[in-house]
Amino acid sequence: MSMAVHVGAVGVARPRIEGRAKVTGAARYAADEPIPDLAYGALVLATVARGRVRDIDVASVRDMPGVLGVIDHTNAPRLNPEAGNFFGPDGGLRLLQDDLIPHAGRPIALVVAETPEQARAAAQALPVTYDEQPHDTRLFAGHPAGRPALTLFDAPADIGDVDAELAASAVVVDERYGTPEENCSAMEPHSATAWWEGDRLEAVDSNQGPFQIAFTLATLFHLPPERVRVRVDHIGGGFGGKTMCGPQLILAAMAATRFGRPVRVTLTRAEVFLATAQRPATDQRIRIGADADGRLRAIHHDATYEISPLAEYIEGCTELTKTLYAAPAIRTALTVVPLDILPPYSMRAPGAAPGSFALESAMDELAERVGLDPLELRLRNEPGVGPVSGLPFSSRNLVACLREGARRFGWASRDHRPRMRRAGPLLIGTGLAATSFSTGAFPSTATITAEPDGTFTVAIAAADLGTGARTALTAIAADALAVGTDRIRLRISDSAIGPAWGAGGSRGTASWAWAITEAAAKIRGPERPMTATVDTTQLLGDLASRERHAFSAVFAEVGVDPATGEVRVRRLLGMFAVGRVINPLMARSQVIGGMIGGLSMALHEEGVRDPVTGRHVNADFAGYHIAAHADVPDIEADFVPDDEPGVPWGIKGVGEIGNVGTAAAIANAVWHATGVRQRHLPIRLDRVLES
Amino acid sequence: MTTRSTISLRVNDVTHRLCLDHRRTLLDALREDLGHTGPKKGCDQGQCGACTVLLDGRRVVSCLTLAVAAEGAEITTVEGLAADGELRPIQEAFVRLDGFQCGYCTSGQLCSAVGMLAERAAGWPSAVTADVSPDGPVAELDAAEVRERMSGNLCRCGAYPSIVHAILETAARDGVTG
Ligand code: FES
Ligand code: FES
Repeated sequence: MSMAVHVGAVGVARPRIEGRAKVTGAARYAADEPIPDLAYGALVLATVARGRVRDIDVASVRDMPGVLGVIDHTNAPRLNPEAGNFFGPDGGLRLLQDDLIPHAGRPIALVVAETPEQARAAAQALPVTYDEQPHDTRLFAGHPAGRPALTLFDAPADIGDVDAELAASAVVVDERYGTPEENCSAMEPHSATAWWEGDRLEAVDSNQGPFQIAFTLATLFHLPPERVRVRVDHIGGGFGGKTMCGPQLILAAMAATRFGRPVRVTLTRAEVFLATAQRPATDQRIRIGADADGRLRAIHHDATYEISPLAEYIEGCTELTKTLYAAPAIRTALTVVPLDILPPYSMRAPGAAPGSFALESAMDELAERVGLDPLELRLRNEPGVGPVSGLPFSSRNLVACLREGARRFGWASRDHRPRMRRAGPLLIGTGLAATSFSTGAFPSTATITAEPDGTFTVAIAAADLGTGARTALTAIAADALAVGTDRIRLRISDSAIGPAWGAGGSRGTASWAWAITEAAAKIRGPERPMTATVDTTQLLGDLASRERHAFSAVFAEVGVDPATGEVRVRRLLGMFAVGRVINPLMARSQVIGGMIGGLSMALHEEGVRDPVTGRHVNADFAGYHIAAHADVPDIEADFVPDDEPGVPWGIKGVGEIGNVGTAAAIANAVWHATGVRQRHLPIRLDRVLES
Repeated sequence: MTTRSTISLRVNDVTHRLCLDHRRTLLDALREDLGHTGPKKGCDQGQCGACTVLLDGRRVVSCLTLAVAAEGAEITTVEGLAADGELRPIQEAFVRLDGFQCGYCTSGQLCSAVGMLAERAAGWPSAVTADVSPDGPVAELDAAEVRERMSGNLCRCGAYPSIVHAILETAARDGVTG
C-alpha cells in the first residue's frame, strides 16, 4: 500500500460511477440482457374482483402462431405455501395454485410464445369465464372487518391519560385525513428472465434485494437456497415496488421449468399497477389537545388502512406521532381492514408519507386555532427524549432543520392569516411540515479480497436502484481500506454473493457500509488476510438502545387558481438531518426526488377504483398522473450537520425521508392561500373548487 | 395474408436489413432485433417518453412508431448521441449535474432534449411561449420553456431540476446541438 496520505472519498460530491454507462445507453437493465433461445411470457389478469375461474379455454389459443403453451392453475408447478415476506406468509406469491380470485388484476395464466407479440396476442385472445362473488373494496374507519395490525413495528402506544388531557385542553383539533391507493411506479416495469443451468435455477430480475428474492424463490420452488441465483446489473427504480418476489419472476421460473428454455416475463405498465404492490389507502383520525400557549397535552392518532386477506402488512402511519413532539399523553393505534384488493406493500416512505400528512396537517390546524406561528408551535413542543419510549435520541437535529429552513425560505416575514396574498389572479400561500423517519441497519455479509494487482474486490449483495449505492459503497470501501476509489472493484446485485439486506427501509447504505467497513478492518488487521468475510448480525445486536431517526423540515409555496382550482407549487425547500452525508451530490438528488414524490402525492396521485367492478380504472400514466417536468419548480435541498453515533460513518439513510412531509407542507400552504383545509389527498381541482 | 416484411432500417448511421412482424414497434425492433437496448420501454403506450429516439432529427416515441413505417428515415438512439466515444455536451452535463438516478428515463430525456433544442431553434412555440405568431421571435429558452417542452418525459426518480439545469447550461454554452 502506498504511503501517500489518503484523501477521503466519503463526504465528497462526485458524479455516479455508472454515469457514462447511463448516458450512452450502455447500462443494462433486466429486460436488456441478451439471452439466447429466449421465449416470452405474457400475463393474463383476472378482470373480476372476487370469485373463481370457471374456465380458461386454452385449446382456443394453443394453435396460434408461435404459442408454446399456457400455464394456469390446472398445470402450474406446486408452490410452497410457507414462502413469505418480511411480515410472514404471503398468499400474494402463490400464483396459479387454485381457481380463487382474491382481487382484480390477479394473474391467472401465463401464455408463453416465441415472440413478445405472439405471446401478447394469445394472452389477449384467451377466453376466460368466471363465477363472480360479491366484493368489498371500500375502505373506511369503523369498517366491521377492521382489526388491529401486526405489532412487529409501530406497535400501539398509550402513555398518560389522553382523554383527561384532551378534556383539560384549551384547544382541541379533532379531524379525519384520507390518502388514496398509490403506486410506486418505477419507470422500469418489472422484468425477469429465468432458466435452468443443470439443477440450478438462474434468473435476471429487477428487484431491490437479490439475496432475499432468491431465498423466497427457492422456498417457493422447494429448492435449497444455493440452487437459486438471482442477479441483475442496473435497476430502473424501485420505490418499494420491487421489494417482493414479483409475479414476473415467479411466472418466468414456472415457465422455464415447464418449457425447458429461458423465458422472459416483462410486465406491461398496466400490470405494474394491477399486479405488483401499492400503498394502501388510509383513513386517519387525529386528536390533538393543547394549552392556550400551544403546549401539547395530548396526541391521539388512529390510522385505519386496507390490506388483503392474502398477506399481513404494516403501514406505520403513527411512527412520527411517537417521535416528533413532547406530550404528557400519547395514544396511537393501527387498524387494518382486509379487502378484496391487490395486497399493499411498502411504497417510498411507507407509513410516514400518509401518517405525516395527517399529523402535520393537524399541527397546522392547531397553530391556526391557537393563533401561533406553525414554526413556533413545533419549536415549543420539542422533546428531550423519545416521547413514548423515554429513550434518548441518538441524535436529533430537527430544530436546526426548522430554523435553517425558515431562514432560507424567508419564513419570518410570513403573515399567518390565510387568504391574504395574491399574484395576479392567483392566491398565494406558504406552509411547512416537520418530519422524521426511523433509521437503523440490518444484518449483511460482505467479502473483500486483496487482488494481486493491488486492487480490492468488494462483494456485497446490495442493489443500486438509482440511489447511488455503487458510488457510495465504492467511496466507503476506499476510505475503509485507505486507498483510492480507483482500486476498488465493487460487485453487487447478485444473490450468490451472500446474505444482505435489500435496498429498503432507508437501511441499505447503513447496513452494507457496516459490513464492508468491518471486512476492511479485517483486511487491514494484524493478520493481513488476502480475503475476509464479515457478517454483521452480532455487531448490530450490540448497538445501544436509542431513538434513531432522520429528521427534516419542508417549506412550500403554492399558487392556487380560484377559477380552475389548480394548485401549483412555486417553491419547495427541504432541510435534512440524515447523519453523515456520503456523497452530497447524490444525496441531494435523492431527497429532491423524494420531495417531488411528495409533491406528486399531494397534488396528483390517486389509484381510482370503480366501486361496482372493484377494478382500478386508471392503471396507466394518462389516468394516474405522476409529477412531470412542468409540475416541478426548482427545488432547494440541503443538509444540516448531523451524525449517528454507534453506526459506522454515522450514516442514517436518505431514501425515504425526502418523501415525508412534503404533502402536508403543500396542503398547509393551500390552506394559507385559500383559507380552506384539504384533508384528503390528492388536492384535486374539484376538491379545491368545491371548498 | 403477409404478416412480415423485409425492410431496411438506418440506425446511428448503419443500415440493417430486417424481416419483421408488421406489429413490431420501432422500439422493439431496436431493442430485440438490433440489440440497441438504450431506448427503454416504460409504458409501451406513448405516456412516458422513455423510448424517445430521433427520426430525421425529430423526437418520436418509438413505442408508438411501427418499425416498418420508419424505413428510409435516419434513426438516432441514445447510443448514437456520442460520436466516436466523445460524450456530447448534454450527456456530459447530465453526468456532472446528476441529471438522473436510476437512469431508466435518461436515454429518452437525452434524445428528447436534443430534439427539443432543435425544435425551439427552428422557432416552434410551446404552450408557454408568449408570442406564438409565425413571425414572432424565437422563444427565450428559460426554465419554464424547458419544463413545458420536456413534459413528455417522465422521471419517477425526480431528477427534473437537474435535468432542466443540464439542458439550460448546455443550451447557453453550445446552442442548438446539445
Ligand atoms: S415506452 Fe414509449 S412512451 Fe413510454
Ligand atoms: S432517473 Fe430514474 S426515472 Fe429518471
